[in-house]
Amino acid sequence: MSSIKKPPVTHPSARTNALGLKLRDYEGTMSTLCAGCGHDSVTAALIQAAWELAIPPHMAAKMSGIGCSAKTTTYFMKQSHGFNAVHGRMPSVTTGAAAANRDLICIGVSGDGDSLSIGLGQLCHAIRRDVNMLYIIDNNGVYGLTKGQFSAATDIGSRSKKGEVNTVPPIDPVLLALSLGATFVARSFSGDKQQLVPILKAGITHRGLALVDVISPCVTFNDHEGSTKSYAYTREHGAEAVTTDFVPLRREITIPETDAAVIEVPMHDGSLVRLRPTTAGYDPNDRASAYAHVRACQARGEVATGLLFVEESLKEMCDGLGLPQEPLVNLTHEALCPGSAALEALMERYR
Amino acid sequence: MAATDVSTPDYYHKVVDCQWACPAHTNVPGYLRFIAQGRYDDAYLLNRESNVFPGILGRTCDRPCEPACRRGRVDEKPVAICRLKRVAADHRGDITDRLPRGATVKNGKRIACVGAGPASLTVANDLLPLGYDVTIYEKNPTPGGLMRINIPAFRLPAQVLDEECDYIIRMGAEMRYDTPIESMRALLAEGYDAVFVGSGAPKGKELDLPGRWDAPDQVHIGIDWLANIHFGHSTAIEPRVLIIGVGNTAMDCCRTAKRVGATDVKVMARRGRKDFKASPWELEDAEEELVEIVENHSPKRFVVEDGKLTGMEFEIVEWKTDEKGKQRSTVLDTTIIPCDAVILAIGQDNAFPWIERDIGLEFGDWDMPVVDRRTFESTRPGVFFGGDAAWGPENIIWAVAHGHQAAISIHAHCEGRDLTERPPQGMTLVSAKVGMHSWAYDNDYDPSLRQKMTHEELTKRFSDIGVEVELGFTPEQTAHEVQRCLNCDIQTHFTAPLCIECDACVDVCPTRCLTITHNGSPVDDLREHLSAPALNPAQEIYVSDALPQTRRVMVKDEDVCVHCGLCAERCPTAAWDMRTFDLRLPYAGRDLVAR
Ligand SMILES: Cc1cc2nc3c(=O)[nH]c(=O)nc-3n(C[C@H](O)[C@H](O)[C@H](O)COP(=O)(O)OP(=O)(O)OC[C@H]3O[C@@H](n4cnc5c(N)ncnc54)[C@H](O)[C@@H]3O)c2cc1C
Ligand SMILES: Cc1ncc(C[n+]2csc(CCOP(=O)(O)OP(=O)(O)O)c2C)c(N)n1
Ligand code: SF4
Ligand code: SF4
Ligand code: SF4
Ligand SMILES: [Mg+2]
Repeated sequence: MSSIKKPPVTHPSARTNALGLKLRDYEGTMSTLCAGCGHDSVTAALIQAAWELAIPPHMAAKMSGIGCSAKTTTYFMKQSHGFNAVHGRMPSVTTGAAAANRDLICIGVSGDGDSLSIGLGQLCHAIRRDVNMLYIIDNNGVYGLTKGQFSAATDIGSRSKKGEVNTVPPIDPVLLALSLGATFVARSFSGDKQQLVPILKAGITHRGLALVDVISPCVTFNDHEGSTKSYAYTREHGAEAVTTDFVPLRREITIPETDAAVIEVPMHDGSLVRLRPTTAGYDPNDRASAYAHVRACQARGEVATGLLFVEESLKEMCDGLGLPQEPLVNLTHEALCPGSAALEALMERYR
Repeated sequence: MAATDVSTPDYYHKVVDCQWACPAHTNVPGYLRFIAQGRYDDAYLLNRESNVFPGILGRTCDRPCEPACRRGRVDEKPVAICRLKRVAADHRGDITDRLPRGATVKNGKRIACVGAGPASLTVANDLLPLGYDVTIYEKNPTPGGLMRINIPAFRLPAQVLDEECDYIIRMGAEMRYDTPIESMRALLAEGYDAVFVGSGAPKGKELDLPGRWDAPDQVHIGIDWLANIHFGHSTAIEPRVLIIGVGNTAMDCCRTAKRVGATDVKVMARRGRKDFKASPWELEDAEEELVEIVENHSPKRFVVEDGKLTGMEFEIVEWKTDEKGKQRSTVLDTTIIPCDAVILAIGQDNAFPWIERDIGLEFGDWDMPVVDRRTFESTRPGVFFGGDAAWGPENIIWAVAHGHQAAISIHAHCEGRDLTERPPQGMTLVSAKVGMHSWAYDNDYDPSLRQKMTHEELTKRFSDIGVEVELGFTPEQTAHEVQRCLNCDIQTHFTAPLCIECDACVDVCPTRCLTITHNGSPVDDLREHLSAPALNPAQEIYVSDALPQTRRVMVKDEDVCVHCGLCAERCPTAAWDMRTFDLRLPYAGRDLVAR
């Protein structure tokens, strides 16, 4: 909590994006999270990404469940839509929103508790369906909101603030997503915006579900020595597999041509994701090698970060279901509700 | 870049833009907070400590603090610092008990001051409490110098001036009015331990154009004319008046003329408006009184017919900047502007006919005494200069600043110490945190715009030269205006070993002042690669020691920090803290002043 609202003054150099909006126009209300919470940095990175992409605020939907992480949707894009679902149910509500309006930019923010315990099934099915959304997991290894219990993301051997050692194996959302066929899988760190912002931009632009597992330390319950999700531990053990540069449509490409290791992934809207593996031989287009790399890092006690796997999907959920391109809200009443004769005809097909 | 040293006063002092810009380094945010709390006496005395004449300066100061004010960089207009000083003065109670007192035990040293202007009075203010006998020689019958005889009463009421001069005189200054010093040699022969020359720059500049002496009664020297009006030697002027020059004196002349009979007053300027010497607010005030300001008219001759001045001829000029960046004029036309009187307000010169040139007191260029910029001593030991007498016309606050420094020198001289060893400035830095999320200052941002001063209505002002034009701020205006102050003295203080590099401070800062980055680039390069580019080279960049986790550094661009304290509120480890900075200025005999 802070005692005051952010002063409504901006830096004299503050620029406007293509929509004429300033960065601060993408802010939300003041955060009520603990001072120093990693989740606030993820929020700041989202604000930056949304501003740089010039997302029209009214075209975005901020979706969340329950947890400190879930609260953060209030802290950015105050002019956007939002839905705070019950614990673990953000994916299904988002699935509905994405189905009803294909033009919506769905940004889901969840926690490791919200997504890997109570909401694990929801997460898995959203990945399978390839719902067109950015799915952020603010991963702090604990249930922050309920005062620091171990979550399903807590590593074996990690100690709680009071000293207990976790003995139950963790679920790694990155490995889970890779094995379930996710089309965009990344891991980053709230304390590294240089890495995080381009990943978020690529994730928002990606067609299909973009899962971004963000190590986001809980300063209050999980930032002590012995924790494997602290600022210090993440800094020491983070191993970036690949650097990401997001090149929006129409921007001149200025990266030197000589860099042979660059892998370019064209996005459906014409923008470009340029990936530069920092580990020799790493191929972010190859699911099996991505999986193997993450496992190998894990075995060495390292945390693999970066945009680890991307495959610009051809068919996200709505395509698969054959839904109309038009948002349902734009359809005429007749199209939406063709009447009892049409229903009869349909039923006839199954008789 | 090396880590910034914040252990000496200069770094944090510079952050307090107004205090840094004030020649006397008045603690502006400190007194504004006192006003906000209704503590007018404290506000007045805190002012008086450094600037000696809060009531006078609250109406007349040249206010170098205001163009420097941080608020002006985030919100168009600076805080009305000067007029809030007047609020402190107008609302103070009886503070005589809390004023410095003349010493009862004398130290046996005798000081002579020439002139009873602000410079000499400041010297007396600082030396009387130390036991000095101070004698002030003044050629006029009253104290105050130009503040009394030139600054018109409609800007500075006599009662305000009297009170503040009296505070000093009552400390035991020996006033010798109506006593012009006519010989420095004779004065020195009286055996004073030191002499301070605060005689001002009393000579108005001449304009020796054709016709100047053909109708001398209708052509006046501005500062002399104002003095004549003040003393009642002159009580009226003809209807159509031209003022030559567009500086501060011109502004007082045109407005005074309007009050003693002139109906059509034009201020004639050689240059365009952007090059005027007068402050914008003075121009506004004059124009409000229906004075016409005429640009790009260069005087050519006085038009005198049958021994009577009937007008003045001007060249209408156009100004262009040449290759060397110098402004050059070309004449487009000439014109005669009819008038019945001309007032010359084109500047002042010093004049020291009373100082002999063979007494070991050297004169240099432009027949000005050679005075040391740091010690204020002339080439004759024991003779000091300050105020307008030292290096030509300035203003009141500079005269005060000089007076303080000269007093330090005089004290050292009388004690046989080296004058060049100046007493250092000090500082205290105390955490402003008084609770979980509360601070010893109001950190919320007040979006109010600068309050507009209310003026007396025109007919009433012209009815009597003594009617003060500015009515002062109402309580509501004061309440808003003090809250516009950003509390720049509440410093963001950083302790690098505590930082866990969570970015909370960087993220929350409304004006993107903070960056955590790798150290290595030269400062100019660094300036361009921060969260927001550091656009203002006049403002410092703070660089921390290496941070514990990554060896990166915390960088802060001071330029548009609004001192909201959010960085400190969002910092989980109190690596950022808000700390109240108090500059301790040395004065004569009191090396460091504690509040
Ligand atoms: C018209 C006008 C308007 C101004 N308005 C402002 C303003 O609004 N704000 C501002 O800050 N400044 C203003 N100034 C400037 C300001 O008044 C001076 O800078 C300031 O008063 C200088 O102080 P001082 O102590 O050096 O000398 P002065 O104030 O000039 O005092 C010198 C004194 O010495 C006396 N004296 C001179 N020679 C002798 C001698 N031989 N023997 C004895 N006595 C002597 C004089 O009579 C005078 O009283 C204005 C100046 C003018 C001319
Ligand atoms: C149905 C239901 N069960 C349990 C809870 C209690 N609860 C609130 S938040 C939370 C865990 C949040 O953990 P996480 O998603 O990691 O969020 P964080 O606070 O760590 O960001 C739990 C179990 C609840 N609100 N609702
Ligand atoms: S409890 Fe932990 S996760 Fe929740 S706001 Fe505080 S620091 Fe963040
Ligand atoms: S006080 Fe801190 S948060 Fe506020 S403007 Fe200054 S640096 Fe930024
Ligand atoms: S909030 Fe505090 S701990 Fe976090 S980066 Fe800023 S100074 Fe460091
Ligand atoms: Mg959690």
